[in-house]
Amino acid sequence: MGRFLSNVLRLGIKELRSLRGDPVMVLLIVYAFSLAVYSVANGARMEVRDAAVAVVDEDRSGLSRAIAEAILPPYFKAPVAIAASEAAPALDSGRFVFVLEFPPDFEADLLAGRTAPVLLNVDATAMSQAGNGAAYLQEIVTREVRRFVSRDEAAAQMPVNLVIHAAFNPNLQAEWFAAVMQVITSITMLSVILTGAAVIREREQGTIEHLLVMPVTPAEIMAAKIWANGLVIVVATMLSIVFVVQIALQVPVAGSVALFVGGVVLYQISVTALGIMLATFTASMPQFGLLALPVLVVMNLLSGGMMPLESMPVWLQNTMQVAPATHFVAFSQAVLYRGAGLSIVWPQLLTIAGIGGLFFVVALLRFRRTLVEMQ
Amino acid sequence: MACDDAAPAARLTAISHRYRAVTALDDVTLTVPAGIMAGVIGPDGVGKSTLLALIAGVRRIQAGTVEVLGGDMARRGHRDRVGARIAYMPQGLGRNLYPTLTVAENLDFFGRLFGLGEAVRSRRMDDLLVRTGLAPFRERAAGKLSGGMKQKLALCCALIHDPDLLVLDEPTTGIDPLSRLQFWRLIADIRARRPGMSVLVATAYMEEAQRFDWLVAMDGGRVIASGPPGAILEATGCADLEAAFIALLPPERRAGHQPVERLPRPTRGGPPVIEAQGLTRRFGDFVAVDHVSFRIETGEIFGFLGSNGCGKSTTMKMLTGLLAASEGQASIFGQPVDAGDMATRRRVGYMSQSFSLYRELTVRQNLDLHARLFHLPSESIPGRIAELLARYGLDGHADAMPESLPLGIRQRLQLAVAVLHRPEVLILDEPTSGVDPVARDRFWRSLLALSRDEGVTIFLSTHFLNEAERCDRISLMHAGRVLAVGAPSEIVAARGAGNLEEAFVGYLEEASGETASAPAGTAEPEAPVHAASAGRLFDPRRAMAYARRESVEVLRDPIRLAFALLGPILLMIAFGFGVTFDVENLAYAAFDQDRTPESRELLEAFDGSHYFARQADLADEREIMRRLRSGDLLAAVEIPPGFGKDLLLGRSPEVAIWLDGAMPYRAETARSYIQGLAARYLSDRSLRTTGLALQDTPVTVETRFRYNQEFRSANAVVPGILMLLLILIPAMMTAVGVVREKETGSIANFRSTPTTRLEFLLGKQLPYVVIALVSALTLVGLALFLFEVPLKGSAAILLLGIVLYVLATTAFGLLISSFTRSQVAAIFATAIISTVPAIHFSGMLTPVSALSPGTRAIGLVFPSSWFQHVSVGTFTKALGMAELWPDLLMLAGFFFLFLLAAMAALSKQER
Repeated sequence: MGRFLSNVLRLGIKELRSLRGDPVMVLLIVYAFSLAVYSVANGARMEVRDAAVAVVDEDRSGLSRAIAEAILPPYFKAPVAIAASEAAPALDSGRFVFVLEFPPDFEADLLAGRTAPVLLNVDATAMSQAGNGAAYLQEIVTREVRRFVSRDEAAAQMPVNLVIHAAFNPNLQAEWFAAVMQVITSITMLSVILTGAAVIREREQGTIEHLLVMPVTPAEIMAAKIWANGLVIVVATMLSIVFVVQIALQVPVAGSVALFVGGVVLYQISVTALGIMLATFTASMPQFGLLALPVLVVMNLLSGGMMPLESMPVWLQNTMQVAPATHFVAFSQAVLYRGAGLSIVWPQLLTIAGIGGLFFVVALLRFRRTLVEMQ
Repeated sequence: MACDDAAPAARLTAISHRYRAVTALDDVTLTVPAGIMAGVIGPDGVGKSTLLALIAGVRRIQAGTVEVLGGDMARRGHRDRVGARIAYMPQGLGRNLYPTLTVAENLDFFGRLFGLGEAVRSRRMDDLLVRTGLAPFRERAAGKLSGGMKQKLALCCALIHDPDLLVLDEPTTGIDPLSRLQFWRLIADIRARRPGMSVLVATAYMEEAQRFDWLVAMDGGRVIASGPPGAILEATGCADLEAAFIALLPPERRAGHQPVERLPRPTRGGPPVIEAQGLTRRFGDFVAVDHVSFRIETGEIFGFLGSNGCGKSTTMKMLTGLLAASEGQASIFGQPVDAGDMATRRRVGYMSQSFSLYRELTVRQNLDLHARLFHLPSESIPGRIAELLARYGLDGHADAMPESLPLGIRQRLQLAVAVLHRPEVLILDEPTSGVDPVARDRFWRSLLALSRDEGVTIFLSTHFLNEAERCDRISLMHAGRVLAVGAPSEIVAARGAGNLEEAFVGYLEEASGETASAPAGTAEPEAPVHAASAGRLFDPRRAMAYARRESVEVLRDPIRLAFALLGPILLMIAFGFGVTFDVENLAYAAFDQDRTPESRELLEAFDGSHYFARQADLADEREIMRRLRSGDLLAAVEIPPGFGKDLLLGRSPEVAIWLDGAMPYRAETARSYIQGLAARYLSDRSLRTTGLALQDTPVTVETRFRYNQEFRSANAVVPGILMLLLILIPAMMTAVGVVREKETGSIANFRSTPTTRLEFLLGKQLPYVVIALVSALTLVGLALFLFEVPLKGSAAILLLGIVLYVLATTAFGLLISSFTRSQVAAIFATAIISTVPAIHFSGMLTPVSALSPGTRAIGLVFPSSWFQHVSVGTFTKALGMAELWPDLLMLAGFFFLFLLAAMAALSKQER
C-alpha cells in the first residue's frame, strides 16, 4: 500500500510538472474557469430577462404610454417604439421577441366602456422567452388597464390572495444558476480532455510503454493522473467559485462550500476516469476528439444543468442517469442553492462514486491491452 | 576541385541557424558541386538536417544566403520556380509517406502534386516500381512495408517528377544491409541515366559515405572538412572514414575517445537468463514475429541484427511483458514472462527505441522520478544520481530539458535511467540509432563495463554491423524470422563470407529470393516532366491531389467516419428530445391545513393539469423546506387553516406557494402555470357559485405566437441543434488535420513540393466538407421526418446556408489546426472555443436580442449566430432571400476570413 501511494504521488508530481510546462493548456484552463464562466453567467439565460419588446402605438394616449412605461427591467429591456410596417421585419430578423400593438382609439374605447383589444405578436421561435414573457406582458397590460379604469389598486383584489415565493433564489436570478452550471461544464470538459488526451499523447510518445515495464501498475498510472489533474481542477474550481461566482458575479452561495468541494473531488475523479476510458476506446487523437466532444456536449446540455431533466422523455432521463454529470448537477443545485447538507445529498455522492468506480474498472481492464497494441 | 568549373548545385554563404538557445549551424560557407553524388557526414545534431532543409527550401533562412540552382532561396519567386526541380526526402523511415495509403496511391499522390498527367504518371510509376522491386506490392499499405521498402518507396516518390536536385536526409538509416545495397544501386542506376542530376545525401554510415564523389564533414554546426573522400583520407592519414572523422574532430571533442576493446567474457555458467521458444506474434493476419527461439546466458551481450520492422522490437516487447505472445514461450530468470510480475520488472532495465522519457522534466528530474518509482532508498538517491551523471557524462546537462540535448546525450540519459536500479538484465531496443561514432563508442564502453565488470546480461538490437561485431553472439533477423544465430565470427565463417555484412546480405538474399542488383526498368530515355504549373498561385490539380489523399485516409479509418456520420445523428436525437422548453410533470405537494371542500377543490385544479405531478402530502411547515431542499419537490402549496371559511366570506384568504428557485427558468414557468391555474379555478368557481364571470377586465390581449402557432419546442430547437452539430463535428474533424501532419512529419511534403498554402488547405478541407454535407442531409432528414419540423421556407436557401456554414466551420477547424502545435491543444481549443458561443451566444437557447452587448458581440464574430438565423429562418419563419442575404453573405465572409487567417498562420517554410 505504501508503495502504491508513493508511486502514485511521484507520478502525480510528474503530471503537475508536465502541465506547468504547457502554457497554452494553463491559459485554456484559466479561461475556462474565469472568462467563460463570467460571460456565460452574464449573457446566457433561459428565463425572461432583458427581453426585447417593440411597441407599435397607434393610439398615442396616456394609457398606451403608461403601459409601455410599465414594461420594466430586469424582465424587459426598455420598449422601442416602431412603426406598424416595421413589426413583421423586426420579428423576422430576431431584433425583437415581442411586438405590442395598441390600436387607434384604444384609450377612448376603454373610457367609453367598450372592450378594446391589444395585439401581442410573439416570436415563438424564441421558446425560452416566448411563453413566460407573453404571460408577463398580458399581466402588465391587464394590471395597468385595470388601474386606469378603476383608478383603484384595491379593486384588483382577487378572491384568493396567491402569494408565490421562490425559495433559495427569491428574485429568480439567472446568473446564479448559469455561473455554477458553467463551472460544472468546465470541470467536465477539462477532466475528460486533459486526462484522455494526455493518455493518448503518452501512448504516441512511448512514455506509457516505458512506465509499463517498470514496477508500476496501470492502476497507479491512472490514479496519479486523476489526483494530479484533479488537484488542478479542484483548485481552479474553488478559485472560480470564490472569485468569479461569489465576488465578481455576486452570487450568494447558500450551502457549505466545503461540502461542494468534496463533491467536486468525487465528481472530478469519476469524469477523469471517463476520460481515460474514452482514451482506451480510441486509437488516435482525431478519433478521441470526435468521441469526446459529443460526450461532453451531451453532459453539458442534458444533465439537467441547462434543461429541466423532468421535461425530457423518460428513456432519455434514464439514459442520462449513466452520466455522472446528471447526479453532480443535482448535488450542486441542492448544496449551493438550497443549502442542503450531507444528510440530503449522500445518495448523489454515492452514485457519482459508483459510476466513477465503474469507469475506472473498465479503463483499467482495457488500459494495458489497448495502450500497447493500438500503436 | 574537379567540379569547380560547372555551376554549383548549391552555394551557401555565412549561414547560421539557431533553435532558441541551440546553435545548429554556425557561419557555414560551402559550395556543393553539381552533377555528382555529394555527402554530408557527421554525428547527429551537428546541423546536417538543418543544412539540407535550408537547401531544399523547407526551412526559413535566418542568417546568410543560400543559392540553389542558380537563385537565391530567400526569394519566394525563386523558391516557387525551382520547387518542382528539387526533391526532398526528410529523415525518418517513410516519414513523408502516408501509412494508410497503398504504395501506388502514395506515388500517385506525389505525381499529382507535381501536376503530372495521367499517362506520364502511370508510366513513371510503373517504371520506378519495377526498378525498385516494389511492383509486386503496389496495393500494400505503406505503413505495412518493411523499413527498406518504405525508403525505396519514399525515393520513388521523390523521383516521380524527375528532379534536378535530389536531397536525401539519412535515407538508409535503420534499414537492412540488402535494402541499403539495393537503394544505392538504384540511385547509381538513376544517375547513370540522368547524369545531370545532383544528389545531396546526409548519412551516418561512414562506410557508405566512402563511395560518394564528394563529402562535407560537419561537427558542432561547422564544416570541418570538405572534398572527395580520397582527399580527406589522405589529409588525415587514416585508413577509413570513421577514423578520419574522429581525427578531424577538434581536440576537446576527441578527448577521451579510445577504440572499443572487446574483452573476453568470463563464463559464469548457470541457467539461461532469457529464453525464447517458438515465440510468435501476429497482428491480424500479419506475422510480426515467427517462431523465434534463442537463449541468452548470464553476462552475455546478445545482439539482434536486422532492419526496422523485422520484428526485433516486437520480440523485445514480448520479453518485457508489454505484448502478449500469440504462440510460444518466453521466460526470464527461468520464470515465464508475466506482465503483472513486479519482482521481475525490478531486475530488468528497458530502453525503448524512441526517446521515451519525459520531455517536460529535466535530466535530473527524470532520474529522480525513476529512482523513486523503483523505490531506491531515498537517502541513497542523490548519490546514485550523481554517480550516474558522472559515469554517463551528463554532469553538464543535469538541469537541461531532454529535448534540447543532442540525440547521443539523450541516449546516454536513457541508458542511465535503464541501469539506475542496477538491473541484472538490460533490454535495449536500438540504443545507438542515430548516435555519432564517438558517442557510440563511448556508449559501448559503458555496455562492456556493465557486462564484464558487473555481470549484467545485455540484450540489444541494432542495425549497425560494426556494433553487431562487438556482441558476444548475434541473431540475424529478417521478416520476423531468425536467419542465423551465433558469434559474429562463426556466422561469417559459416557463410564463407569476407565480413559480417556480406554474410548478412547472403542470408537475406537467400531468404527473400532477391538480389542486390536493381531490377531493370524501361530503358527509354528520360523525358523531362516538370510540372508546367509550378509557381502558380492556385492549381486545382494539386488541391484535388490533397483532397483525394485525405479522402482515402478518412475512408480507411472507418471508426472516424462512423463517429463523424453516426455521432451527429445520435446527438440530434438526444438533443431534439432532450432540449425542450415544455416544462411538465413538476413535482408538487400540498400542505392542506384546512381540509374543506374548498381547499380540496383548489388542489384538484393542480391535479387536473399535466404540468404538475402530485407527491405525498406535507405534514408540517418544516417539511416544506426540507423536501424542497432535497430536490424531492419543486413546488409546495400551503393552504392555511380557515381557508374555506374565509373564501366563502369573501375575506380573500392567502395561499402560499413555494417554488424551488434553483433553476430559474423552471421556476418562472411554474409560476406562470400556477397563476393561470389559480385564475381558471377562481373564474370557474365564480361561474358555478354566482353564475357570473369573475370581474372582467375590459382589455383583451390577443397573443399571436408567430411562426410556431402550436408552440412546439421542436420547431424552434431542432434548427438550432442543426446549427450546433454542424460546427462541433466538422470543426473537430479538420482541427487535427494540419497539426497531425505536423506531428507525424508528412507536412514536409507540403513544404518541399510546389503546393501552395491555399491548395493545401482547400484540399484538406474538401473531404470534410463533403462528409459534413452528407451529415447535414441526414440531420435535415431527421428534423423533417422524426421531429416533424415543417420546412416553411425555401429548401434551396437552407441548402445554400448549410454549404456556406460548413465551409466556414471546417475552415475554422483548419485555422485552429494551423496555429496550434499539438493535437491535444487543437482538440482542446476547438472544444472550448466553439461550444460556448454556439450554445449560449447564437440564439439557440437565449434569444440574441436579450444578450448583453458584450456577449452579443462574441456571438456575432462567430458563424453560428448567422447560421442560426438562416436555419430558424428557413425552417420555421418562412423567410426568403430578401431577409437572409446578409446572413448568407456573412457566412461566406467567415469562410474566406478563416481560410485567409489559416493561410497566414501556416508557414510554407519551417522556422
